[in-house]
Amino acid sequence: MSYVGRSVDERARMLAAVGVSSFEGLLVDVPEELRIHEPLAVPPAASELELRAEIGALAAKNDAAKDMPSFLGAGLYDHYIPSALPRVALRSEFMTAYTPYQPEVAQGTLQVIFEFQSMIAELTGMDVANASLYDGASAAVEAAYLARNQTGRARVVVAGLVHPNSIGALRTFLGPDVVTVLAPDPATGTVSAAALGGALDDTVACAIFQYPNFVGAIEDVPALCAAAKAKGALAVAVADPIALALLTPPGALGADLCVGEAQSLGAPMSLGGPVCGFFAGRKEFVRKFPGRIVGETRDQHGRRGFVLTLQTREQHIRREKATSNICTNQGLIALMNTIYLGLVGKDGLYEVANLSFQKTHYAVARAAAVAGVQPAFTGPFVREAALRLPVSAAQAVRAGRTHGMLLGVDAGAFDPAHADILLVAATEKRTRDEIDRWAVALAKSIGRTPQLEGGAR
Amino acid sequence: MTPTTSPPSVQSGAAQARGTAAAPPAPPPGALAGLPPASAPVLPLVPEGIVEPLLSELSAPGHRGVRLPACDVPAIPLATALPAWAIRATRAALPEVSEPEVIRHFTRLSGLNHHLDKGFYPLGSCTMKHNPKINDELAFLPGMALAHPCTPDEGLQGALELLWTLERHLAAITGFDAVSLQPAAGAQGEFTGMLVVRAYHQSRGDVARDTVLVPDSAHGTNPASVRAVGWKVVELKSKDGRLDLDVLKAALGPHVAAVMVTQPSTLGMFEPQIAEAAGMIHAAGAQLYLDGANFNALVGLVQPGKIFDVMHLNLHKTFSTPHGGGGPGAGPVAVGAHLAPFLPGPRAARNEDGTFRFERDLPQSVGRVHGWHGNFGVLVRAYAYIRSLGPDGLTEVSTEAILNANYLMHRLKGAYDLPFDRPCMHEFVLSGRGLRKYGVRTTDVAKRLLDFGVHAPTVYFPLIVEEAIMIEPTETETLRTLDLFADVMLRIADEAKTDASIVTGAPWTTPVSRLDEGRAARELKLTWKNA
Repeated sequence: MSYVGRSVDERARMLAAVGVSSFEGLLVDVPEELRIHEPLAVPPAASELELRAEIGALAAKNDAAKDMPSFLGAGLYDHYIPSALPRVALRSEFMTAYTPYQPEVAQGTLQVIFEFQSMIAELTGMDVANASLYDGASAAVEAAYLARNQTGRARVVVAGLVHPNSIGALRTFLGPDVVTVLAPDPATGTVSAAALGGALDDTVACAIFQYPNFVGAIEDVPALCAAAKAKGALAVAVADPIALALLTPPGALGADLCVGEAQSLGAPMSLGGPVCGFFAGRKEFVRKFPGRIVGETRDQHGRRGFVLTLQTREQHIRREKATSNICTNQGLIALMNTIYLGLVGKDGLYEVANLSFQKTHYAVARAAAVAGVQPAFTGPFVREAALRLPVSAAQAVRAGRTHGMLLGVDAGAFDPAHADILLVAATEKRTRDEIDRWAVALAKSIGRTPQLEGGAR
Repeated sequence: MTPTTSPPSVQSGAAQARGTAAAPPAPPPGALAGLPPASAPVLPLVPEGIVEPLLSELSAPGHRGVRLPACDVPAIPLATALPAWAIRATRAALPEVSEPEVIRHFTRLSGLNHHLDKGFYPLGSCTMKHNPKINDELAFLPGMALAHPCTPDEGLQGALELLWTLERHLAAITGFDAVSLQPAAGAQGEFTGMLVVRAYHQSRGDVARDTVLVPDSAHGTNPASVRAVGWKVVELKSKDGRLDLDVLKAALGPHVAAVMVTQPSTLGMFEPQIAEAAGMIHAAGAQLYLDGANFNALVGLVQPGKIFDVMHLNLHKTFSTPHGGGGPGAGPVAVGAHLAPFLPGPRAARNEDGTFRFERDLPQSVGRVHGWHGNFGVLVRAYAYIRSLGPDGLTEVSTEAILNANYLMHRLKGAYDLPFDRPCMHEFVLSGRGLRKYGVRTTDVAKRLLDFGVHAPTVYFPLIVEEAIMIEPTETETLRTLDLFADVMLRIADEAKTDASIVTGAPWTTPVSRLDEGRAARELKLTWKNA
């Protein structure tokens, strides 16, 4: 296949116009020792039909192609994507546009980002949000950078069960010695304000906690924020935007920054990318924000318009003095998030969050009837439930597949100490029937005889 | 495509007093894609001074978009399950809009964008080439788009095989030994490359190196990525737009960890002495990094792996994945065998029985740079692109991109200054400094181009060229488009001489006229709440 439209005659005319007799005449500066003259060692070209067959066959090998109810979460969620969303989001006008560097011909992209910023600020209870970052992990890393820049302090303290992959990224970006992770209370899965306060001193730039945390537990956010403030550290909340429809937003509880993963707002999981990091905070920090920010202005005729603003923070102006090396945002995914919030709206988002909450609680109630399965932690939970199994969770989820069910996430893959913990997340997509079948599959997968419960149907 | 009517005078534009509802001046004829629509509001009901209402302005209490099923499980009150402080007191103030209104809103917004499927996008260094539609469709197959990364490896065999194979295809194309697909964008790839180089030096006990040399023509992300690793940046002054080996030699030393080079450079020129430079750099114990943003000039012609140690690729440039209005991209990193153990993990690996797994036991890895496995949806598209082009199609990318750039440069060099007059690679840089005497700046030329249904080139970059206009046509533009674009550029240069106000008042036909960026920065209205 080729996407080049060129005849032999046109090529000859162009070479003649340029004044060379052959194409090689244009490569005068390329040293021969770098050249290759043999064909690249990749397979021969495939037509669309062949490509569809080849990649279709690969896609069909993934469980996502099969009709397996999924109870997987751990930061990425299988929510319903309304039909109108892809129809609008995948329009060429959005999909094939570049970064809005010429705002006169990019008002569509720019206004969408402004609306995204507005709704993220509303959900998080913050003053401002940026145009998005690569993913939730990069948002956490950038929050730490901002805190270091703001406070002049180097260290970062992570309160317990923040997403392990975000902790991994923090260690990669900041250095392992810089990041201290506090162990959670084994009973509750949360970190107390006293424990956090004890770990903070004048070398710590920020305390990062997750709300709800990796296992769905609710940290004592007001107390953690107060503990951070008492030691001059920024309070950074990592949050889930769907859960924030039910929960008091971090901005109202004392957090300085609120970051997280926005995939659950209408974007497909896509093996974890492209997804979309959001980044919100109090307005006093906005000049230290990473990435793009869109602001409202007027054109020469007084009409409202939108532009990228505060660009002097960014790498293409400030180079090595930039607040971050980030150049792109996740425009297309932020667009999906924006359309999603528009389509479900105020009441719809609440219903999605509440249905997910109720169904996850129902799943836990069903699991409690399976011998040997019990909640891993005491205390309230949202978004995720952590179940302690009598066998390894890795073994259970593999067995679950043979029963046609994606049972949940093996927490042991993230922390060997949690090898017997299964993380379960049911969204509004899961029906009561599927949850009942899930409980049966769970029982079978851990080698128990499923009970046929009365009253469940 | 000869212009037939004269453009508006500057007075008619200036007469549009702020807040008046008068329509903008009649547009001049477009030469390329026909006339873009005049900026008459799409809906006559749009309030004065607004091109498209905000979602919040379309909201009305009780309007609903998508409806959800009733709760089919026993519901428990939130108050029994959550602490009182954690329960949101009032619902988040999101818009309340019906589905048809939401669809119209975003469809109208989409119409305000220039985009590649509509017209030419000669943005230097951005490689705005055609985005094949089959690739999008394949990335959205449910087996790909709905895959959850916590599925056991047995349930991700297709995804793993694609990742594993794509790594090998990219290694074959670049001439490197190993590839990490995890970085989500070029800048993250640069950062990852620097981390890998640091880990390599440290593994050899070579811990004193803390400086990276970066030419003055480099992308801004290069020095910013170096700083993100905590290293120092020393800028190399170029000579005649090229690496100056004397300057390089003087800057090298036992403190230098790496040299970052863009090939071809941001001036669109290949560094002819790169092999010699590589020898000097390696002799000094430093690693040679290639910013692969301009790899579209090299596919099938040059294998950087022959002399470079590490490079990143921008799949959203060379490998045709859509830019999506500013992301997502993907920035894989390719390295020589000596750097492979340090690449981020987890990585796709093949088992002896031919099945695949995510390998997490990578003791020398720098760790993860992405929350999961990188921008998988972008990787599927790049895989499809490589498979659909094959060896000949991939080489044709570079040959035709280079021919297109040289042809355009040849057509434009009389009307605009050409600071470096020799064959270019896939892009070239003009200077608008010759128009200054007419009161016309490069930014005016850029804005005037918008009137003709063409996006502006990259302007004021690279920084070492005054009033820079950086043009990259890519291989997917036809001779006809190149000629029409050249005609427009020549016409604008002519307008600058004969009636500069046409150029300095542009754009005339876009949905909004020039926007007040200073006001945006002063007032900082960043959400509709304070709008």
